[in-house]
Amino acid sequence: MSAALNGLTILAVCAGAFFFLAGTVGLLRFPDTLSRLHALTKADNLGLGLVVLGLLFQAEGLLAALKLISVWLLALLAGATVTQLIAHTARPSGPQA
Amino acid sequence: MAFDIGLALLVLGVGAWTVAARDTFAAVVGFVAYGLLLALVWVRLAAPDVALTEAALGSGLTGGLLVSASTRLRRAETRAVDERQPASLRLAAAVLCTLVSAGVAAIVLLLPEPAPTLAPQAMVNMAATGLGNPVTAVLMAYRAIDTLLETVVLLLALVGIWSLAPDRVWGGVPDPRHQAEPDGRLTFIAQLLVPVGILVGIHIFWVGSVAPGGEFQGATILAAMWILAMMAGLVDAPAVNRRWLRLMLVAGPAVFLTIGLTGFAVAGSFLAYPEPHAKLLILMIEIPVTLSIAATLALLVAGPPERAPGR
Amino acid sequence: MLGSSLKHPAMADFLFAAAGLVLAMVAAGLARILWGPGDADRIMAVQLLGTGGIAALLLLGEATNVPAALDVALTLVLLAAFISVAFVKGATRSEADGA
Repeated sequence: MSAALNGLTILAVCAGAFFFLAGTVGLLRFPDTLSRLHALTKADNLGLGLVVLGLLFQAEGLLAALKLISVWLLALLAGATVTQLIAHTARPSGPQA
Repeated sequence: MAFDIGLALLVLGVGAWTVAARDTFAAVVGFVAYGLLLALVWVRLAAPDVALTEAALGSGLTGGLLVSASTRLRRAETRAVDERQPASLRLAAAVLCTLVSAGVAAIVLLLPEPAPTLAPQAMVNMAATGLGNPVTAVLMAYRAIDTLLETVVLLLALVGIWSLAPDRVWGGVPDPRHQAEPDGRLTFIAQLLVPVGILVGIHIFWVGSVAPGGEFQGATILAAMWILAMMAGLVDAPAVNRRWLRLMLVAGPAVFLTIGLTGFAVAGSFLAYPEPHAKLLILMIEIPVTLSIAATLALLVAGPPERAPGR
Repeated sequence: MLGSSLKHPAMADFLFAAAGLVLAMVAAGLARILWGPGDADRIMAVQLLGTGGIAALLLLGEATNVPAALDVALTLVLLAAFISVAFVKGATRSEADGA
């Protein structure tokens, strides 16, 4: 049982790390601010989510599990909203031709 | 090992970037990034209390303070950047900083093995305080006077900031009124985040007696949530001449001082706690102190009054 | 309860390595963003550091058996949200003032 949980953790964390890698590659390669922003938030939030999922299998107790999920949800919430705000800063007049 | 080296290099890199940044806003971003990385370092060194304080206070709240300062300075900045300091002055500053860093490094590397520490005595005497977290025991029992002085110093800093108000808005409301868009993004995030943040802040404060946490970290989270609500326009900053506000600000240090003085009568010296009631007294101090610190920190970031008090 | 206190040492090593990898990604991303021309890019740096840093922190806490790392992560996510909003407010306010 413990071996299965460990295996799941390894799988999820690897997937999470891969998404962080993808996000950073997008960040380094995309040409302008808005597309970089896109790469940043999508990949990183998924990456964090998968890491949290992996660590959930190792969690000691219900409170720790709840805290882990809360961290991810809060990061998702903050990330989504702040991204919108940043995009508004970068291009306040909205989509341009 | 490689991880530690990588982390140390990253910290140094971000630090160097912060120093070299051309404008204040960039430097503040670098400072916040540096603080976040330091929190990681503290966790790596198995010091979660310090990591909590660094993340909340050293990086987050101070960052908020610096951002509002840099915003106010922006207009003057273009002129300031043109006046470059002479090269000799900058060289002297660099040499001095290097000497200080080298000195600290030498001291740390030359410490005897094992390094001198009071940690074992702190752990042994913890049972008398009724606490489970040795850091809180140090802050609230062994060195309570330092904590008392910290709360007073924060209050003095706030008075200093308030004194920057121009005469016509003396005692007025800090910050321009932030417009709350009813369906806006900022309103959305504030309405969801602030209640959760308040719960987390109370949790971190409460758990501080047995686990990493405590009143300063909890108070900082509460302060950040209040400022967030103010920035989103959900609440307006209170006028600084309001009596309830001023009572809230002094309640913490006042209670702390009172309990400290009664220590003379009850247990023999200033800030001494009678042993069976130690934990209760510490709790009685911590609750008003948390509220006071939260209010003080929030008002510190809000800044000097800018609008006249509406009486 | 899920998991067990007796951690396989290889598991701790793996989590440690994962934390290192995430941190390396954050470093690479930072290098790009901090160079970025605008304020928006700088604020993104804080976002990146926030999400990646929190992931690295959680992995590190699990690998080195520091349960309080979870509380630090909670605090970080709240303060990161706060500081990002403060930065955005700061950037837009100075533009409105006509810097």
